[in-house]
Amino acid sequence: MNEAPPIEIRDLHKSFGKLEVLRGIDFEIAAGEVVCIIGPSGSGKSTLLRCVNRLEEPTAGTVLVEGEDMTDPYADVDALRSKIGMVFQQFNLFPHLDVLKNLTIAQRKVLKRSEEEAVDVATRMLERVGLSDKIAEYPLRLSGGQQQRVAIARALCMNPDMMLFDEPTSALDPELIGEVLDVMRLLASEGMTMIVVTHEMGFAQHVADRIVFMDEGVIVEQGPPERVLLDPQHERTRLFLRAVKHD
Amino acid sequence: MRTVLHPTRRRVSWNRLTLYGVLVVVVALFALLGDFEKIQRNFFKIDVARQMFPKVLTIAAKNTIIATLLSFSLGLVLALGLAIMKRSTIRPYRWFATGYIELFRGLPALVTIILIAFGLPIAFGWKIPGGTLGKGCIGLGIVAAAYMAETIRAGIEAVPRGQMEAARSLGMSKGTAMTFVVLPQAFRIIIPPLTNELVLLIKDTSLFFVIGTTPASKELTKFARDSMTSAINATPLTVVALVYLIITLPLTYMVRRLERAAGKGRR
Repeated sequence: MNEAPPIEIRDLHKSFGKLEVLRGIDFEIAAGEVVCIIGPSGSGKSTLLRCVNRLEEPTAGTVLVEGEDMTDPYADVDALRSKIGMVFQQFNLFPHLDVLKNLTIAQRKVLKRSEEEAVDVATRMLERVGLSDKIAEYPLRLSGGQQQRVAIARALCMNPDMMLFDEPTSALDPELIGEVLDVMRLLASEGMTMIVVTHEMGFAQHVADRIVFMDEGVIVEQGPPERVLLDPQHERTRLFLRAVKHD
Repeated sequence: MRTVLHPTRRRVSWNRLTLYGVLVVVVALFALLGDFEKIQRNFFKIDVARQMFPKVLTIAAKNTIIATLLSFSLGLVLALGLAIMKRSTIRPYRWFATGYIELFRGLPALVTIILIAFGLPIAFGWKIPGGTLGKGCIGLGIVAAAYMAETIRAGIEAVPRGQMEAARSLGMSKGTAMTFVVLPQAFRIIIPPLTNELVLLIKDTSLFFVIGTTPASKELTKFARDSMTSAINATPLTVVALVYLIITLPLTYMVRRLERAAGKGRR
């Protein structure tokens, strides 16, 4: 890793047609930091995350990944992406491949690892998420929680310098959320740089180093969890937190 | 309730009775008026049928199958290219694919085959390789591609967007993601319609008779026609019809099973 911050975002704008979803975001994350992004739906949290690895094309502004401009048309986006693990709300495992193949295919095709090395890495990562016994299963035969853990392992196989989580537990039955959060907690404790878009306030409070509250395409406020969650400075944050705590 | 049900049931049974009645009358008329001796002599003459063997299998059926497979393979490769062009972000590629698909779906297959077999050689002095089989398969493959391109495109679009996104987020290029993640899933979805296309192609190889053939390159229909002419009898048609069915029925049966399996898989 070099000295540039893992991610540095300057004045990021994103519009879908006339709808301006991101309206000038400045954001930086330090190596090893865990940032949770919270906010009402439609506030642009997911879009921000997807702009980081250019799954969405920013309308204006720059995204620097380890100092390299992700928005540069000549940037090697594929190479930059392989440093950024991403976990999706809908897991997005490859249903036509078994768990092992899900974990090895990008290692083989992108990192050009040998079959043995790829299998070795996959086996270790699967062990980390506690699913060694599912190595030969097909994704659709696993529970949602297990699928999401496999998805995390799949991202880890690429030895990413940072991980993006896009509402990783929102599609899960309540009793399956814990096992996924446990894996994420483990990653955080090992010093992984993480950005987590989430509605899990408990997780945000206990795991995050910093909480970012977004609303209507801007960062309204950010800071340590206890300050943002327990002593919010802005009315909008207060309203949101009151609504969330209600259920 | 019961009082309401009774009259309905009686009316239904009268309808059924009428339908059965019509059936009985038609069958009776056919049995009384049909000249079975003539039908048997013209369509089911054993020694005419026997004379067709083994060539109907070793030459005609073989050529039909080879022609089908060649046209299908050529069509599939072209169709894959067209489907990807149709989804391209570069407009002229989309235009080309759309133009191609509309053109060759709009023309009778026979016109395309004649164009390849006679039109191009006359116009440019080109020699299309492979004789009858080569010309026919290129013509038919071009037509099949137009139909299959739309099927493949629909298959690609049926794969959830998240699959491409997940693959790209792992650092795969667009092409790699397409080849190893999206297309394998798309093809699983479109195996039934592609098999249907294969069955249509088997039948369309009968159009090759317009190209003119050598004895070694006759497919089933041409073979039947020539056998009919020399035997002055329609039995070869029966034989060839049976051979066609032996090839196509298992395939249509397979399509039905695959479709049912796919329906189940989707919960």
